[in-house]
Amino acid sequence: MKLSGWGRYPVVDCGTATLRGPEDLGGVLARRGTLIARGQGRSYADAALNRDLTLSTLGLGRMQAFDADTGVLTCEAGVGLDDILRTFVPRGWFPPVVPGTKFVTVGGMIAADVHGKNHHRDGTFGAHVEALTLATADGGIRVCSRTQDADLFRATLGGMGLTGVILSASFRMQPIETSFVLAETVAAADLDAAMAVFEASHDWPYSVAWIDCLARGRRLGRSLVLRGAPMRRRALPAALASRPLRLAPEGRIRVPVDAPSLLLNRWSVGLFNGLYHRRGRARAGPRPVHFDPFFFPLDRIDGWNRLYGRRGFVQYQCVLSAGESAAGLAALLGRVSVAGQGSFLAVLKRFGPAGEGLMSFPAEGYTLALDLPLRRGTLALVDALDGITHAHGGRVYFAKDACCRPERMREGYPQHAAFDALRKAWGAPRKFASELSRRLEL
Amino acid sequence: MPANNDIGLALVLGATSDIGRAIALGLAREGCDLQLAGRDPARLKAEADDIRVRTGVAVTEHACDVLNADGGAGLAEALDPCPDVAVCVVGLLGDQQASERDGSAAQLVMWTNYVGPALLMGALAARFEARGSGVLAGVSSVAGDRGRATNYVYGSAKAGFTAFLSGLRNRLAASGAHVVTVKPGFVRTRMTEGMRLPGPLTGAPEEVARAVVEAIRRRRDVVYVRRVWRAIMLAIRLVPERLFKRLRI
Repeated sequence: MKLSGWGRYPVVDCGTATLRGPEDLGGVLARRGTLIARGQGRSYADAALNRDLTLSTLGLGRMQAFDADTGVLTCEAGVGLDDILRTFVPRGWFPPVVPGTKFVTVGGMIAADVHGKNHHRDGTFGAHVEALTLATADGGIRVCSRTQDADLFRATLGGMGLTGVILSASFRMQPIETSFVLAETVAAADLDAAMAVFEASHDWPYSVAWIDCLARGRRLGRSLVLRGAPMRRRALPAALASRPLRLAPEGRIRVPVDAPSLLLNRWSVGLFNGLYHRRGRARAGPRPVHFDPFFFPLDRIDGWNRLYGRRGFVQYQCVLSAGESAAGLAALLGRVSVAGQGSFLAVLKRFGPAGEGLMSFPAEGYTLALDLPLRRGTLALVDALDGITHAHGGRVYFAKDACCRPERMREGYPQHAAFDALRKAWGAPRKFASELSRRLEL
Repeated sequence: MPANNDIGLALVLGATSDIGRAIALGLAREGCDLQLAGRDPARLKAEADDIRVRTGVAVTEHACDVLNADGGAGLAEALDPCPDVAVCVVGLLGDQQASERDGSAAQLVMWTNYVGPALLMGALAARFEARGSGVLAGVSSVAGDRGRATNYVYGSAKAGFTAFLSGLRNRLAASGAHVVTVKPGFVRTRMTEGMRLPGPLTGAPEEVARAVVEAIRRRRDVVYVRRVWRAIMLAIRLVPERLFKRLRI
């Protein structure tokens, strides 16, 4: 079956099967060749593709236990974040970390060790995982945690599915009083101003900035910084107080066909970004925003990836250390604005300290994410951006990466040797691989 | 079933199948307590835990194999309390060619789709009839509407089950208890994994679950999950045998 990631590039003809329970493992592991687990396929490029066997975990959709005293939920790896939100928000519980879409699985969140708008305070999703069960290459099922097979646990957080198939996990949810976030938008005239807002916003639990990639010269890095905090029940306006833990209405807008590739060009994107910036400046002052549009603004548009046209797009996301950020970000944004490759979404975020996952992406500093519609020259541009990231000692995110060079990956992830050694010790390389791991020689 | 249409307690037979778990969850979301029956105790517990965590309803687990000599009638007699509603989703597609070659393969399909479920529903019907209330819902198949070369072993067993449910409905009509026959068309499940199914005719397990819950509430008689299947099967039944025997459909 022809499969791709969310960016719709690359497309690979993959063998497929569905895992519905541990009883299916024997047959799957006995097959020739390697395999990679795939949840909802929301990594952007080739992380959840394997031509031999791409193993869907969507049959592992059961919740197993919930402890209302501690907030610890145990569930199978194919359970969706949207399912967790629908089940637990009305009961006053929220996942500890959520990425920019709710259409991901628990297994995927652990494999990519995802971060959210609260990374500077709460770390990655993996930091809140207490234990996970992993099917390893020898056919065994192991429970790993910080006290049991701790090396395997640390390699699996952010390990992109390359240590085995995550079957289930236990993680601690957070109590909430309402399903609303008190949010405010701060306009920043340039990159320095945006970074200053982040540095002053450490006490806000959530922060993220939208950058206008086409702003050049003096206005390079012009952005809107969105920050927020969970709302207390007594702070909720009267109109919302009757159902403080409500879910958002289900309605979604569909993108029915691939947009013509010319729809998003530097003029249309520039117009959008200009309007968006003006609208953001006009909306000063904190206001209640439901968690759904706050955390998952693009989930409202079903298939937004089709807006980039049939050829798909590449998302480029890197992280630079705090010391290198000012110079590195300016160089990256400068390169993009010169290329004039309309990037609809450019997102900037201050990360907190790195977590325990050997191959986890986040590290203390700033992360920048850009969408680049695939055209002639796009991959060369991404390689140039990679060169800048590399020169500033940064690294790219495996869940997004489509074309990093293996030697740059190795320098960006200093613990890759320990990761390799641990995979070998568990016999993982002969059973678990993805198109990404082949490309990066992981 | 109490007069206010409230289903207090429902039994789902075949609860570890994709359609069975969807029906169980659908009933639990309406606040209904559950008795889940299935063959594999470990898988049964996994489904029961899932429903407990999600909905908080009371769920009991009942290991039961319809291939037992008594067809699970022992379970039907032992259930305490007796459920208000019982849904039977037990079934096995099997492999038509294997069934043609091997009598034991054919027997397994016939037993799993007809003998076992019919004996079970029959035993439950006795209790429902004596009580004078309740709904029995059997998930049969459009494949039972006419035997075709490609799957007549499965189809004939489902035809038997359909006829059994029809007769049971007839028998119970005066008692206050009721029987529903549900005929899904193609459904994306473990049973059909790897098959090429026509998209517009193929449903999800949740769609079957909604149809079953609704049919129970409204005490419907025979329900096709997707209406288009009623028309398709009517057309197939109307083809004269002289012509039908030469068709490959």
